[in-house]
Amino acid sequence: MTLKMEIKEVTKIFGPHPKKIIKSLQKGLSKDDILKKTGHTVGVDRVSLEINDGEMFVIMGLSGSGKSTLIRCFNLLNRPTAGSIIVDGEDVTTYDRKALKDFRQKKIAMVFQHFGLFDHRTVLENVAYGLEVRKVSQKERLEIAQTSLETVGLKGWEDKYPNELSGGMQQRVGLARALANDPDILLMDEPFSALDPLIRREMQLELIDLQNKLQKTIVFITHDVNEAFKIGDRVAVMKDGRVEQVGTPEDILSSPANDYIEAFVKDIDRSKILQAEGIMIKPNALVRLKDGVNVAIKEMRSNGLSSVFVVDKDRQLKGIVTIDDALTALKEGQTLQSVIKHNYETAEAEDYVQDLIDKAIQTSYPIAILKGQKLLGIVPRAVVLSSLASQ
Amino acid sequence: MFDFPKSLTFHFGKYVSDLVDWLTVHWEGFFNGIRVGLLWVLNQLNDFLLWMPWWFFILVVFLLAWQFKSVASGILFACFLMLIGIFGYWDEMMYTLCLVISSVVISLIIGIPLGILMANSRRFEIIAKPILDAMQTMPTFVYLIPALFFFGLGLIPGVLSTIIYALPPVMRLTNLAIRGVPDEVVEASLSFGSSRWQLLTKVQIPQALPTIMAGVNQTTMMALAMVVVASMVGVKGLGLEVLTALGQIDVAKGFEAGISIVFLAIIIDRITLAISNSFQKQR
Repeated sequence: MTLKMEIKEVTKIFGPHPKKIIKSLQKGLSKDDILKKTGHTVGVDRVSLEINDGEMFVIMGLSGSGKSTLIRCFNLLNRPTAGSIIVDGEDVTTYDRKALKDFRQKKIAMVFQHFGLFDHRTVLENVAYGLEVRKVSQKERLEIAQTSLETVGLKGWEDKYPNELSGGMQQRVGLARALANDPDILLMDEPFSALDPLIRREMQLELIDLQNKLQKTIVFITHDVNEAFKIGDRVAVMKDGRVEQVGTPEDILSSPANDYIEAFVKDIDRSKILQAEGIMIKPNALVRLKDGVNVAIKEMRSNGLSSVFVVDKDRQLKGIVTIDDALTALKEGQTLQSVIKHNYETAEAEDYVQDLIDKAIQTSYPIAILKGQKLLGIVPRAVVLSSLASQ
Repeated sequence: MFDFPKSLTFHFGKYVSDLVDWLTVHWEGFFNGIRVGLLWVLNQLNDFLLWMPWWFFILVVFLLAWQFKSVASGILFACFLMLIGIFGYWDEMMYTLCLVISSVVISLIIGIPLGILMANSRRFEIIAKPILDAMQTMPTFVYLIPALFFFGLGLIPGVLSTIIYALPPVMRLTNLAIRGVPDEVVEASLSFGSSRWQLLTKVQIPQALPTIMAGVNQTTMMALAMVVVASMVGVKGLGLEVLTALGQIDVAKGFEAGISIVFLAIIIDRITLAISNSFQKQR
């Protein structure tokens, strides 16, 4: 994993003399005190982050936490009062006007909460805007814009005007416009907040699919914990202009850094965050195919089980055998092979608990967690439910 | 005791008058240059308007109204123009039109860039706003006097004082329109690495255009409102007819000339408004 962006001690203060306020901030004055005493608003307070190449990095916080201010520092729509932003080894805060233009034209693009579309231009012209600014020829830029529109599923809408489109479609245009420039970094400022819940969910899934294909570095802002944990590879939680915790969704969920974050994640739908991997257990007993019926019965008896998974020597799952079937087989002299069943449920390590719930209802055996055909672990039915209760 | 003390009276106007005197003497060449240049352009426009066959002009107005409004308004406007002709004011209407068109065009050439400047500079906006207020509230006759000194009688002082009166709306609305472009839209443009010029020409002005067009409409109506006042410095046209009718207490003439101005105003207002609306509808 290579480092794409490094945010070092970035501070943004609004007011007539922001530079002078930094000292009071370093002395430990609070945001509220500074506002009361000097009339300056501290938007972002000494934030440091490291964002990796190809990562979906989510910055989450309530309104007023400084997340939108922070993301605007990344492409210098807000010039940081102090600190540096290093992209591919270069500090972009030191760029002159021309270098900054170049940086924005080629490396970084942004998607906005209320879409920020140009309603005097058609959808296609909107998408071609970034290329037009770069002075790409008309023919070429319209071709690229067309491809970009197809990527987001808006083929056939090229000649409409933005306000003829629904909110979800407008944001697709915003996304296509950002992608048309083929930037390394995509900044998304609450892109789905203005959409209604059904559309939002659809767009989230599409973004995840798209990201699997494109592998951009995405910085995604949201105030919605569920959204953050659903799409983020890593999540930074902001409060009062500061970053409170950075980590993978599972990290934050399992060990929240403080009470604030704990309260924040309390209401989260854990079934969409926790993966099978996180809750599976090593099977107490396994029977190999060549072991035979006797061994199977002994394993089940000594572990108090009513069924056991059967594997071959490479741990490839072959089936499951119940205690009743094994006893019958012993009585009638059948082989283990002839009594194993295949009516168990399987899942992959990356599957979310929410997908396991249905499976747990369907079967009376533990769920087998597989990689290919290899048995990694099992999830007993009771564990599926107990995993959803927060500690 | 209750009267304002006589000893405190002080006539500031004297200095303004001195300044005007000084300017007329020392800047004569400058004002002459403006006068000659402007007069040449105005005469060309005037000659063209008078040369144009009457039926052709009516046809153009009809087609414009048809295109941007409806056939019915096209026919109505054509009838209005016929009536003005029947009253015997065709040439006077053309003089008036010349005054209106020239002062509106000059107002736009000056007003739109200044409005954009206002939108981009907080400082310039603070300075410009009270000046614009003064331009609109000061009685128009007051600045007719210095205009007379600088340029003598005739079309030029008429056009200039009309510009002073008609400039503020387009300037104000341009400022307002540019400032009214949503922040996110401006940010979007900048985030793709647009230069200031690209931001202005590709995003801000097109986005602001419907409101700017409303300003153009208002400026045109203000210019038309100056027609009678401008006739006081000797501008020929419908305004002068109203003024002489007033002098002669000629109700019949006053009515005909007055109603002609109203017709002209309706036609210009409705057509410019329809054109500015068509900008909005494209969205």
